[in-house]
Amino acid sequence: MEPDQIAIALRVAEEQRHHGKGQFFWIWGALLVMTAIEVYLTYQNMQPVRMLTILMGLSLIKAALIIGYFMHMKFEVSRMKWLTMASLVVCLALMMIFFPDAFRILALGPK
Amino acid sequence: MSEATLPHEMPSVYEPSLFGTYSKKIGMWLFLMSDSLTFGALLYAYSYGRISTPNWPTPFHSESIVNATIMTAFLLTSSLTMVLAVRASTEGNAKAQRLWLLATMACGMGFVLLHGREWSKLIAEGLTLPVFPKPPGGETASEFVNVSKTVPQFAATFFGLTGMHMLHVTLGVVYLGIVALRRYFIPILLVFWLAAWLGTPAYSPFHYGAHVLLLAAIVCSIILWLKPKVYDSSDVEVAGLYWHFVDLVWMFIFPLVYLMSAKIL
Repeated sequence: MEPDQIAIALRVAEEQRHHGKGQFFWIWGALLVMTAIEVYLTYQNMQPVRMLTILMGLSLIKAALIIGYFMHMKFEVSRMKWLTMASLVVCLALMMIFFPDAFRILALGPK
Repeated sequence: MSEATLPHEMPSVYEPSLFGTYSKKIGMWLFLMSDSLTFGALLYAYSYGRISTPNWPTPFHSESIVNATIMTAFLLTSSLTMVLAVRASTEGNAKAQRLWLLATMACGMGFVLLHGREWSKLIAEGLTLPVFPKPPGGETASEFVNVSKTVPQFAATFFGLTGMHMLHVTLGVVYLGIVALRRYFIPILLVFWLAAWLGTPAYSPFHYGAHVLLLAAIVCSIILWLKPKVYDSSDVEVAGLYWHFVDLVWMFIFPLVYLMSAKIL
């Protein structure tokens, strides 16, 4: 690596040394608990749309915990956080443009 | 090459990083963002198929759900061991770093083995794709045979999504193996390849899929030959980003593909 890259890597490593090990165990526990809740909800005979909403909500929380703590995004500079996450969310949201067509197909066919 | 042109004691002639971190890490984030779009497209395709198919099957019995839950626990635990490997590397504890990386690989292999076993079971029960070789014996009267015939999108999206993810986990294990053991991992990888290739029957998709390991061994050998090095804490952190990403993707595949298709009796 270039010297300035080494310096940055050392600084990043120094910053990460301050994160307590216990924090990672808490996050891991929270992720396992949320997974257990998801499995429990699966067998509660809920309406599919309601269940999907809850499951996706929990998945987003789990994703945020993984990105924020395990991938250290929470501790990056705000420019890095906003540019990467905002562009990703916008791109993924744009793909939703196909969903109206999926609903349209349901209404097609002989009446 | 560039190390020779810029001695370490000289002040940097480059602009500071826009993102406040080193280039390797930014490069991995860019790759992960593009890979997110790949998985995003597959998940959207799955959701599209599901919305537009009123009789979407929900064939997964509790056995499959329990299996997928254990797989999820394996991945989540592997993320914990990975983050501990990164921490050990920043503390300069090479032994702990290697041990945590090996623990992460073990969890990843556990995930792949459980997933492979589940795939084999589903294929034997009749959930299959036209590209898969036909298993010996007559066609069973399983529910999955009916699913494959009436809603072929189910098998296509299931194998497409989970297969792509399994490939990522497998390559992740190889990546971590190289970071942890460097060239010593190549013979181990070749043993894995032979075991997977010769240990699976000819009609199993894994019989041919195992060659991914051979390809990975060739690519890794070339990389290690071109640039032999001792991987430092930044390499471990970048490898960790990739590993956490495969965990992250599974957090969406598990509820969408498994839980939303569970058979409720």
